[in-house]
Amino acid sequence: MATYTLISSNVLSSSAASVTFSSIPATYTDLVVRISARSDNASDRTTTKFWFNGNSGTTSYSQTILQGNGASAISSRNSSVGYGLNGFQDGATATASTFGNGEIYIPNYTTTSNRPTAGFSVQENNSSTAYINATANLDQIAAAITSITIDANGSNWITGSSFYLYGISNA
Amino acid sequence: MPHKVIVDCSTGETTEVELTAEEIADQEAAIVTAEAERVEREAKEAADATAKSALLKKLGITQAEARLLLS
Repeated sequence: MATYTLISSNVLSSSAASVTFSSIPATYTDLVVRISARSDNASDRTTTKFWFNGNSGTTSYSQTILQGNGASAISSRNSSVGYGLNGFQDGATATASTFGNGEIYIPNYTTTSNRPTAGFSVQENNSSTAYINATANLDQIAAAITSITIDANGSNWITGSSFYLYGISNA
Repeated sequence: MPHKVIVDCSTGETTEVELTAEEIADQEAAIVTAEAERVEREAKEAADATAKSALLKKLGITQAEARLLLS
């Protein structure tokens, strides 16, 4: 049976461009990041990106994306980009006081070869349009994951946004 | 000054670090790119919706009937 252990967490007391979990212990089988966040992006949503070991601005990541918003659904693909993709969290014009939520599941995070990572997110919006995203990510970072950065794609996560990192044993 | 948060999992210590000039430039570039992506995405969504509506009209069926056909 899988056992979830909270490794670390942060609830922002002031806005921040990104949140990084560093010095992640190598003692678990898998990792899960849980996100409940809202940004100051001037839109109803903001793209949530992530990267491992400070490895951004490279071409180490690719992803397949499935997205729906209640009116249309699309599938798309990004190759050779510098980030992993979780999906959308709420932006500044989403319904007041709502936060999006998301999960990043990283199996076998201590491997030193290509690594698949699952992203899932739901944008909370009291509107006929709200986005749901599922992403299949792959990174080619030849090292165990020791840090994870969750980035607001140029905007800032606002106060109250929360980030939780869990380790999973015997998954 | 914009900053980032770093949580050290080995100590539990949280630090707020001011973004460097390079990181601020990256952040500003990301905003521009994100806005361009948003405009492109919304234009595609609008075009798809228009095309879908025109096709349904051409076929003479409703959206619910189209869903039923595809189920």
